[in-house]
Amino acid sequence: MLRIAKLPIAVFALFIIIFPWIAHQIPTIEHYPDIMVFAGIYCLITIGLSLLMGYAGQISLGQAAFFGIGAYISGILTANYGMNAWACMVIGMAVAAAVAALVGTPSLKLKGHYLAMATLAFGIIIFIIFNEEIEWTGGPDGMSGIPGLSLLGFEFDSVESYYYLVWGFVLVAFIFTVNVIQSGTGRALRAIHASEPAASAMGVDVSKFKIIIFVYSAVLGSLAGSLYAHYLNFINPSTFDLFFSIKLLIMIALGGMHNIWGAIIGACLITFLSYEWLHYFEEFEVIVYGAILLFVTVLLPDGLAGVPGIVKGWFRR
Amino acid sequence: MSADIEENVLELQGVVMTFGGLMVLNNLNFKVRRGTIKAIIGPNGAGKTTLFNVITGSFSPTEGTVMFKGRPIQDLKAHKIAYQGISRTFQTVELFGNMTVLENVMLGCHTRVRTSFMASGLVLPQSRRKEKRIRESALKILKFIGLADKFKDSADSLPLGEQKLLEIGRALASEPELICLDEPAAGLNETETHLASSLIKAINAKGTTVLLVEHDMKVVMNISDEILVLNYGQKIAEGPPEDVRNNPGVIDAYLGGVA
Repeated sequence: MLRIAKLPIAVFALFIIIFPWIAHQIPTIEHYPDIMVFAGIYCLITIGLSLLMGYAGQISLGQAAFFGIGAYISGILTANYGMNAWACMVIGMAVAAAVAALVGTPSLKLKGHYLAMATLAFGIIIFIIFNEEIEWTGGPDGMSGIPGLSLLGFEFDSVESYYYLVWGFVLVAFIFTVNVIQSGTGRALRAIHASEPAASAMGVDVSKFKIIIFVYSAVLGSLAGSLYAHYLNFINPSTFDLFFSIKLLIMIALGGMHNIWGAIIGACLITFLSYEWLHYFEEFEVIVYGAILLFVTVLLPDGLAGVPGIVKGWFRR
Repeated sequence: MSADIEENVLELQGVVMTFGGLMVLNNLNFKVRRGTIKAIIGPNGAGKTTLFNVITGSFSPTEGTVMFKGRPIQDLKAHKIAYQGISRTFQTVELFGNMTVLENVMLGCHTRVRTSFMASGLVLPQSRRKEKRIRESALKILKFIGLADKFKDSADSLPLGEQKLLEIGRALASEPELICLDEPAAGLNETETHLASSLIKAINAKGTTVLLVEHDMKVVMNISDEILVLNYGQKIAEGPPEDVRNNPGVIDAYLGGVA
């Protein structure tokens, strides 16, 4: 039976709760909660992507576009029209879902490389729209003046409060996704991954399931985008380019695609690498990512989340 | 007419299947009586697997109709046909190797429960109850096919003989009215073949109609009520085993006219 243990989730949740306090005690990592906000935002995207790629076996190179859709819809509607930020977040998710269903219906019939190409092209188109629709998006210069979030008079204006908000969303998304994986839906997804002919012979509507998961990953991506926009108060198109889509893939490859924990581990590690630990590499950062991807695919096909299994294997011998 | 539907669970009328210019099934007509075991035999390339793919919806036939319980199903997709009550196995084993033995059979129950994405994510009590129910019925099936003690093993780790049995178990899990078995004995040793034959008989005894493609003549002659012989996509003989065995056309097709 595919069972995802509850204890690690509880330990992890506890760690997330006390982490800002720990960081506060150690001056050299005092600013880490700020980085963890971004890590949490990326976790939301990788959780969806992991379900899509690792469990259902579909490759998407266009996730940055959904991240951007959420960010821009929240940004434009709140900054230019003064709409309620939470309502805009929901609108962003609804639009991302509609776009994913529209794009996914024809492209998820494609297989392997072709699906990757279709989502790649989609990502590029959305990126061009962010750049060119200057009247709406501010073009390459980006848009500023996006307000912060508040709820019933409480302002999420400190790093700590935003940290708990983001990680609250991550936890809910994570548990929801774990439940899906352990249910009949997750079983159907893994069946699709293993053999589409057999899955459909057993009554699994293969394209319906693929679209549902693609839509779900898009909704999470859009939510992440809204949270990103309200945290930074500024967005520009370069955040949502093809390289970011690839970086998301590196995150789940490093963490481990076939394990939902991989999404969390990979997103956090890559975020810390790029925000903190790889600063001296400057432009050569990309080479480090390439090296990581190469190392992982050759030596750790199950990513870091697969390491415990490997270690267990040693002891069993 | 309605008596006829009652009698014949499956009926093919004028089924033609062409790939490019190649005619793989040529104006095929036959019926499968409810509650019987019908075998389809024929030399390699006779169109047997294509016929299975047409019946189970992997392909739509170029021409003709496939009636299941009196309703045309030839234009339905494979997953819809599964919901109608037809289940199948594959010539080359198509198990879900990334899952356990039990999960494979549980997936077979897919048509019997509604799976909702939201309900599974929120772990609503109803979806938990459904999981429990199909887990129990999957375990029952594993007991029936004799793999109960291996329920935790990965499907990949089973030897071929047991993989074949598991595929049959998975197909049974949907509680089909018609089960299509594509070479259930291929690659099995004598003991395993014997086991597979008695399992097929047991399935049939429970009231499920069986349609099978098989090369092992001993199996075919032993368990079938009726045999359909295909050659180059055409029916060359049909009838009870003893008739088919002595049919000169069949001997000719198999032995190339030497006999």
